[in-house]
Amino acid sequence: MKPRQQRMLAVGLAAVGLLIATVLTMQAFEKNMMFYVEISEVAKGNAPEDRNFRVGGLVVEESVVREPGDLQVQFTLTDMEAELDVLFSGVLPDLFREGQGIIAHGRMGDNGKFVADKVLAKHDENYMPPEVAESLAKHAAAKAAAQAEAAAEAVKP
Amino acid sequence: MLRYAAPAIVFAGMVAMFYFALGRDPGELPSPYLGKPAPQFELPRVKDPSATIGSADYAGQTVLVNIWATWCVGCRQEHDFLLQLANSNAIPIIGINWRDQRQEAITWLRQLGDPYVASGYDADGRVGIDWGAYGAPETFLIGPDGTVLYKHISPLTQQVWEQEFVPRIEQVKQASL
Amino acid sequence: MIPELGHFALILALSLAICQGVMPLIGAQRGDDSLMALARPAALGQFVFVAFSFGCLTWSFLQSDFSVLYVANHSQLELPTIYKISAVWGAHEGSLLLWILILAVWTVAVSRYSAELPLSMRARVIGVLGLLSCGFLLFTLLTSNPFERLIPAAQDGADLNPLLQDPGLAIHPPLLYIGYVGFSVAFAFAVAAMLSGNLDQTWARWTRPWTTWAWLFLTVGIALGSWWAYYELGWGGWWFWDPVENASFMPWLAGTALIHSLAVTEKRGLFKSWTLLLAISAFSLSLLGTFLVRSGILVSVHAFATDPSRGLFILIFLGIVIGGALTLYAMRAPSLDSAAGFRPLSRETFLLLNNVLLVIAATLVLFGTLSPLLVEFASGEKISVGPPWFEIAFVIPMLPLIFLVGLGMHTAWRTQDPRRLFAMVRTPAIIAVVLGVLVPTFFYGRFSLMTVVSLIAGFWIVAVSLLQPLRNLRREEGAARMTRSALGMTVAHLGLGLFVIGVTIVSTFTVEEDISMVPGQKVAVAGYDFELKSLDRVEGPNYNALEGLVEIRRNGEFVSELRPQKRTYRVQQSPMTEAGIDVGWNRDLFVALGDPLGNAAWSVRIQYKPMIRFIWLGAFVMALGGIVAASDRRYRLTAAARDKQGVVAGEAA
Repeated sequence: MKPRQQRMLAVGLAAVGLLIATVLTMQAFEKNMMFYVEISEVAKGNAPEDRNFRVGGLVVEESVVREPGDLQVQFTLTDMEAELDVLFSGVLPDLFREGQGIIAHGRMGDNGKFVADKVLAKHDENYMPPEVAESLAKHAAAKAAAQAEAAAEAVKP
Repeated sequence: MLRYAAPAIVFAGMVAMFYFALGRDPGELPSPYLGKPAPQFELPRVKDPSATIGSADYAGQTVLVNIWATWCVGCRQEHDFLLQLANSNAIPIIGINWRDQRQEAITWLRQLGDPYVASGYDADGRVGIDWGAYGAPETFLIGPDGTVLYKHISPLTQQVWEQEFVPRIEQVKQASL
Repeated sequence: MIPELGHFALILALSLAICQGVMPLIGAQRGDDSLMALARPAALGQFVFVAFSFGCLTWSFLQSDFSVLYVANHSQLELPTIYKISAVWGAHEGSLLLWILILAVWTVAVSRYSAELPLSMRARVIGVLGLLSCGFLLFTLLTSNPFERLIPAAQDGADLNPLLQDPGLAIHPPLLYIGYVGFSVAFAFAVAAMLSGNLDQTWARWTRPWTTWAWLFLTVGIALGSWWAYYELGWGGWWFWDPVENASFMPWLAGTALIHSLAVTEKRGLFKSWTLLLAISAFSLSLLGTFLVRSGILVSVHAFATDPSRGLFILIFLGIVIGGALTLYAMRAPSLDSAAGFRPLSRETFLLLNNVLLVIAATLVLFGTLSPLLVEFASGEKISVGPPWFEIAFVIPMLPLIFLVGLGMHTAWRTQDPRRLFAMVRTPAIIAVVLGVLVPTFFYGRFSLMTVVSLIAGFWIVAVSLLQPLRNLRREEGAARMTRSALGMTVAHLGLGLFVIGVTIVSTFTVEEDISMVPGQKVAVAGYDFELKSLDRVEGPNYNALEGLVEIRRNGEFVSELRPQKRTYRVQQSPMTEAGIDVGWNRDLFVALGDPLGNAAWSVRIQYKPMIRFIWLGAFVMALGGIVAASDRRYRLTAAARDKQGVVAGEAA
């Protein structure tokens, strides 16, 4: 082969390699990215099927239950409007506690409960993950507005 | 040659993206209640658990609702200014003592002074969350009709007070005349 | 009074930094020697005032002066003295001051060890560093003053975040910053060279030792950070692909590419414009990392407290510094195309491939880190990308690179006879394949394709790196004496091999179990018997803890006794897991207490981590290679001697 052809071949091979690598990387990206889904959306049935996603909310007071001595734990998350039961088996993070804002990774189980494979709590208990703070504020407001409306309805003769 | 300018162009695109991303910061988000009725609450008072303080106590007035706690250094920072406001009778200040220990809160008020009409004791943080609090301190300006006129995150200062709060209070006064 | 002095010293440092940043640059442009001569005294003076200011802040911490807001926020009376010192850089304001101090130290070092540089070059380098320092000082003074007062003073401080009360974290940030900031020297050299328009390969030779030093500190800093995360975040991971970690890893990748590309530019005068771009990129990525971490636009486990005004300031600073440098690059680089060519099989080719693959890797990490932002812009969806993606995306360019490293090391500049090359590397290749198959089968009882390929890669580099030193030891005929820089390269690549072996084995053969245990109970994990003997309350200086006593036996024989703790820090009332780790050269045994499960049971995480020490060992060996290379005599010769010596052809990089 002439040097020119050699160079063409090298460039061609590099381009094909790069293309394959790009496709693989993007496929992996598509597969591994996790959407953040608000609890109210999950309650409406708008959760992604057959793939992992993230939910975030407050751990409802007195909702953490477990069989004594068992690793499996269930708790309820709320965004102040809707609620979601979460199942988790394993060691919870240090700052997991009732009333705390947390994020869980996992997917929907068959029983309408969220099966988490990872539970994250911030390493600063007075700080709330921004996604959680945002959806809490939004849904708390929605709920308050709905209540105000209901109250106004009730007052009407 | 475009080849050599490409890094600069890509970088400019990134800077533009970051600029918009900065504007999205949650600290800058307006409270979802802005211009809407503030959440109702009723809490036992810090100093006197048998009495309560709540939305009903300030109906029809323009007030500040300040979320504070003894563990929050920002609250200590703004405390002097709150005292100054209270001493000048500028506006009644209602406190919500958030996720705190009652005894520590009482000690704090005794040692540093108490700028509040009264403080509600919100031990489990429920009320704070109802108000959409991200942290402490946060200060809400509530109009006579019970709507949230303004919300300030982080310590209150003279400058913020004059720039953001005073004009809104004046506006309410004008409107009610 | 002391805090005010510190604040005042910072303002004086700023005025000196302005002088250092403006005068020498004007002087160099006009050829005015007296203006250029200002560079060194201004740099020294700036250093003195910054150091004084840093001392004032440290003093305030040692005195527990809670009338200083920053101290009140990050310290406490009972905090042990060592952590009162490390708390100085435990949060945003103080760590920024540390950054400035380190920049001043680098600047003084450059002005001290640059006697052989032409006066105008030295003036420009110090001038550019002075401008950078101006930016950081302004940032501190305008948005993040560490000396802000808190009146009335707090009775007691809010305490340092318990996670940061750890020896690993006391030294990790300074080392990391020395690395980050060190790249600003390479950046300053690149900008100075572009300003002067004199872009022959001398600037590459001047830059090389500085870049190597910065790179090796960054390497150690990242390794320490990973080690800290391993035992202090409590759960046995050693790398999380968290934005903060990526922020330090991207400059490392770019810096590694830069070191290699500088070798080509210095030796052969090739890749000139590319090397310039890398020198700008390595530092730009350090700055970008700082921006991402401190502006709060990305969410991270260890994010600093965020403030939009700070973010805006860094963004503007970023725009001026990087944008300016890249614009200058766009103007200067077109004239740098070099005519000299090289054969397809030559060291130049391998170093080019090394650069391409490292830059692809850095770009992928950057893409992954920024992808939540990109996707939110494109679709409004909030997403996150987990470690699994980073692992796949990172391995794709890295695996070929590792195989190429072994060949590149033994390839000559300009052109190489393929038969001689293959004869030389045949034995190491065979050894690598044999070990790569045998080790997993024999020691761990199972293997997968990916494991075997990665292990072969690791053993391959180790074997190939040992080739030359072994030949020298046996005094084989025809074996060239190794220069320091060749030896340094060999050692660094050996470290890379150890690292690859460690990563492969630990990620394939880790055994991790979460178990519910009551005192007295025994469980078997990976051939070891763990017995939870008791749970007791213990008291630390500023925390209370529940301490488990776990005895480990293997085939009945005593191995170790671990005391994992669940701590509650008294001031912040925050719980912290302190793992118990039994360290061995070929495996760690890791026990962490989870939560009480009722009926006296606790959740316990038990892990068997084979070869995990090789990860950090590998990184430290890499850094050691950097020290050896940077101490090469060539970099200590005087300018005159060097000119006589000229460019030594055929010498290893």
